[in-house]
Amino acid sequence: MRVFILVIFVSFWGFTNFSVKASDKDVYGRNETEEFNPMDAIIDHISDSHYWHILSYTNKDGQLAEIAIPLPVIIYFRGRLSIFLSGEFNHGTRVVEKGGNYFVLYHDKVYVTGINGNLDLNEDGNPNNERPLDFSITKNVGSMWLSAFFLLWIFIYVARRYENHPSTPKGVQSLLEPIILFVRDDIAVAQIGENKARKFMPYLLTLFFFIWINNLIGLIPIFPGGSNLSGNISFTMMLALITFLITNINGSRNYWRHLFWTPGIPVWVRFFLIPVEFIGLFTKPFALMIRLFANITAGHIIILSLVSLIFVMKTIYIAPVSILLSLVMFMLELLVAVLQAYIFTLLSALFIGLAIQEEH
Amino acid sequence: MELSLTTIGLGMIIIGAGYGIARIAQSAMEAMGRQPEISSKIQTAMIIAAALIEGAALFAIVVTWLVG
Repeated sequence: MRVFILVIFVSFWGFTNFSVKASDKDVYGRNETEEFNPMDAIIDHISDSHYWHILSYTNKDGQLAEIAIPLPVIIYFRGRLSIFLSGEFNHGTRVVEKGGNYFVLYHDKVYVTGINGNLDLNEDGNPNNERPLDFSITKNVGSMWLSAFFLLWIFIYVARRYENHPSTPKGVQSLLEPIILFVRDDIAVAQIGENKARKFMPYLLTLFFFIWINNLIGLIPIFPGGSNLSGNISFTMMLALITFLITNINGSRNYWRHLFWTPGIPVWVRFFLIPVEFIGLFTKPFALMIRLFANITAGHIIILSLVSLIFVMKTIYIAPVSILLSLVMFMLELLVAVLQAYIFTLLSALFIGLAIQEEH
Repeated sequence: MELSLTTIGLGMIIIGAGYGIARIAQSAMEAMGRQPEISSKIQTAMIIAAALIEGAALFAIVVTWLVG
């Protein structure tokens, strides 16, 4: 197993390119001479990327060099699927030609351009150019695979140990057992009920551990962390959507009756309640989505702002303050990582529990 | 950073949500002090109520963000 992981990492390193950019602009598109803009730097750090950035440094010639893993770009444009490594873009400085169409990378997004690669920028600085359908394996996707692989590895190992040695928990097994029991007893059984909790345990456990591990990986500032997966709204949207589907597919007759024809109140009030209840159906997963996204993104922005203080003030004397404060924030974020995983799982269990409830 | 209506609106949302969650936490802690034996149940109820308020606040934040 360890050898397998080693092989994966070595093959990753094989792809690693050491590129020196011709222009004096770095990947974030800012000039070296220009004033440091903390907001742009922060947004670039928390957003998804076609490169898995490892480090950048100033080389002997005084140019900014970059060590980054180019990730596969998969784009679909005018009926043609193109697959190539993002290294071909050379950090946005080169125009890539695929099947007669020209593509450039601008702020980590792929745009369609002419042969000269010029972008048509509007007054906000956003390009008006057309965009291809982008199915790329970006940094976030790679990080998600990594965490899924990691979870599978741990849990398959633990499950196998339970089969072989049912009585003696050992090592990582005794670390996970109380957490699994906590999810079962305090989340699933408490919200869904003894009889039906078992059916939803796989989903709730997956949700808890997947969100937790991704929150933690997002906090690692260096490779192979450094991606902000749970602070990506598409990721949280998919999780919320799955909860929404599970809730409504398992909804009992009673649940639907309460939604569209609430019993126990005057008939004319029922008509007013239908739209309210109907909107409520969507606000619950919507709030789930925004809650996780906003909490994780806000934490990352605070930490990056504290680090940015050094570059804004342009003095080393602010560094101890900045490092100390970001250390405290990191500690808080470790708590938030598990808390948000817990809250997401708890609320999912609660919604499921409310939906499957029979009449009493 | 310029002061806009959006910023003021965001501040008001935070005041409202913060007040609501603070009230929940206050009541929950008082209840836990009176009946420590059911504190885990109170804690769950507290988190659910806080999450509902937070949901409303997040909804308002997103609307201000989209409008402003």
